[in-house]
Amino acid sequence: MKKNEIISLLPYSEPFLFVDEILSISEETISGNHTFNKNAFFYKGHFKNKPVTPGVILTECMAQIGLVCLGIYLLGKENSTTNQTFALNSSEIDFYLPVFPDEKVTVVSEKVYFRFQKLKCKVKMLNANGEIVAKGILSGMILKQDNLK
Amino acid sequence: MTSEEIYVQIQPIIKAYLPEDVSAEDINPDSDLTRELNINSAHLVDIILDIEDAFNIEFKNDDMEKLRNVNDAILLIQQKISA
Repeated sequence: MKKNEIISLLPYSEPFLFVDEILSISEETISGNHTFNKNAFFYKGHFKNKPVTPGVILTECMAQIGLVCLGIYLLGKENSTTNQTFALNSSEIDFYLPVFPDEKVTVVSEKVYFRFQKLKCKVKMLNANGEIVAKGILSGMILKQDNLK
Repeated sequence: MTSEEIYVQIQPIIKAYLPEDVSAEDINPDSDLTRELNINSAHLVDIILDIEDAFNIEFKNDDMEKLRNVNDAILLIQQKISA
């Protein structure tokens, strides 16, 4: 599966798409990047007159690249992604540095396991200087549309 | 291995993933893992992986579809360890 094909299969759109580019992908690991648009809706309120990217949005970006893009790639090897949906089920992330508007981040994710539709990964986010912004463990399930639990 | 012996081993594994509103006393051989014990699909996978380690066996995707309650798990484990 091609890198840009994966992005076209993502179930997200603006204003909630946090993947710009997939840099590398394999069965075991993925890296990709995203630049946080300074006009993004959340900067208006987080924080008042002092925009900083919310931790939940950083986590979302890590999950979209680290779990969902990798999950689509792994599924593509088995079957199609139609009627599949993605559910984040666990996140344990530590944050180290703030991410300001217009910053570009790179997410690197390593598969711990993908079994019975559950994908668990070690994920880190780096800023443009290569400094670790956040890292931790994320896991998600790939579910059939009729079973959202 | 008897069903009872297996049950004693898997009960603490299941207990570790019970939501706070379900007590360990609610676990019995007929308990439906997702519907009655309220274990979500991700934790069901965790339980399977822990069972694999505890009994040194491997589950297949088909096995997962047969697994609804504690008894199903016991039967599957018995099949695997005797195979």
